[in-house]
Amino acid sequence: MCMSFGSFNNYEIDVLREIGNIGAGNAATALAKMINKKVDMEVPEVKVMEFKEVNEMFGGAELPVVGLFLKMTGDITGSIMFILENNAARTLVNILMGKNDETNNCNSDESDISNCYFDEIEMSALKELGNILAGSYISSLSTLTGLNILPTVPDIAIDMAGAIISVPAIEFGKIGDSVLYIETAFIEGETRALGDFFLVPDMDSYEVLLKALGVIS
Amino acid sequence: MENTIKVGMADMQAARHPAVLITLGLGSCVGIALYDRTTGTVGLAHCMLPDSTQSKNVTNIAKFVDTAIDALVANMVALGANRSKIVAKLAGGAQMFNFSQSSDLMKIGLRNVMAAKEKLEQLKIPLISEDTGGNYGRTISLDSATGILQVKTIGYGIKEI
Repeated sequence: MCMSFGSFNNYEIDVLREIGNIGAGNAATALAKMINKKVDMEVPEVKVMEFKEVNEMFGGAELPVVGLFLKMTGDITGSIMFILENNAARTLVNILMGKNDETNNCNSDESDISNCYFDEIEMSALKELGNILAGSYISSLSTLTGLNILPTVPDIAIDMAGAIISVPAIEFGKIGDSVLYIETAFIEGETRALGDFFLVPDMDSYEVLLKALGVIS
Repeated sequence: MENTIKVGMADMQAARHPAVLITLGLGSCVGIALYDRTTGTVGLAHCMLPDSTQSKNVTNIAKFVDTAIDALVANMVALGANRSKIVAKLAGGAQMFNFSQSSDLMKIGLRNVMAAKEKLEQLKIPLISEDTGGNYGRTISLDSATGILQVKTIGYGIKEI
């Protein structure tokens, strides 16, 4: 480990935010094409968080969410995570599979997951969604930096937000006491939140990223 | 519920009766619940990693299973617990994603649980029950009145251990 999070200056944080902007912009475009609807995104946030706060960050640690998780390998390593609320995932699946949104049987107030069951094909559709989003995010990141970055096949978990978020957090636990990530929220139409996209490079990879962009030498 | 104390990730708390210690959304992390029935003293730790000796950076002792158990026992004794009466319960240590390209990160849950058992045995603290492993998250709460550890899950029900 050559850097600590505290050592990032505002300029470097801006660069990381811009990375999130470009990557997520491409991913949002890919998503919009897939579901044939307008997809907006918020300005990415670069956050440093202590572990204590981490499992509260996605609207509460117990909120049931769909998490799509994949690793980056190549010149930079780390994790990519796309987190959707269950009902947003249901909406997306229905659109992707050409089902009527009326069949939405997902009740977000109900923490019982049996109300929100995804069959095998639907799970596969969600994974494919993760694949396409992460693929477009990574390829734009790769073009921008000239670095070789490869995503793994995504894996899916439907569970408490805290439990899912702890997976990349543990990786950070090995080297420090806080997590740094680049978060972008996706929104469909005017108000419907779709999900959050997290880019979580390993500590060493931040340096590689910033070097490739000529920010640090 | 009176006097509910929340335990965050990489955090630990000890308390005198009456208190309910709760930690939300345990994934691969392990929740270590300690209880002394004679005084009603409780302690709960939410640990992320098995072994502090393999880390260069040990500023937060609650992050590691080994250091957290040591500290938690000390904190409970400081609150009046009877060291020889402390018993333990474990929950968590799941594997949230089943990667085919499994690295050590993916088995971290199992390693956390094993480390906890090892440490408890070393300290001669009896492990009376556990709900560990699987691929799902857990929310656990420890009640000082009964010593019951309630484990809540999504889709796998609620149980008391």
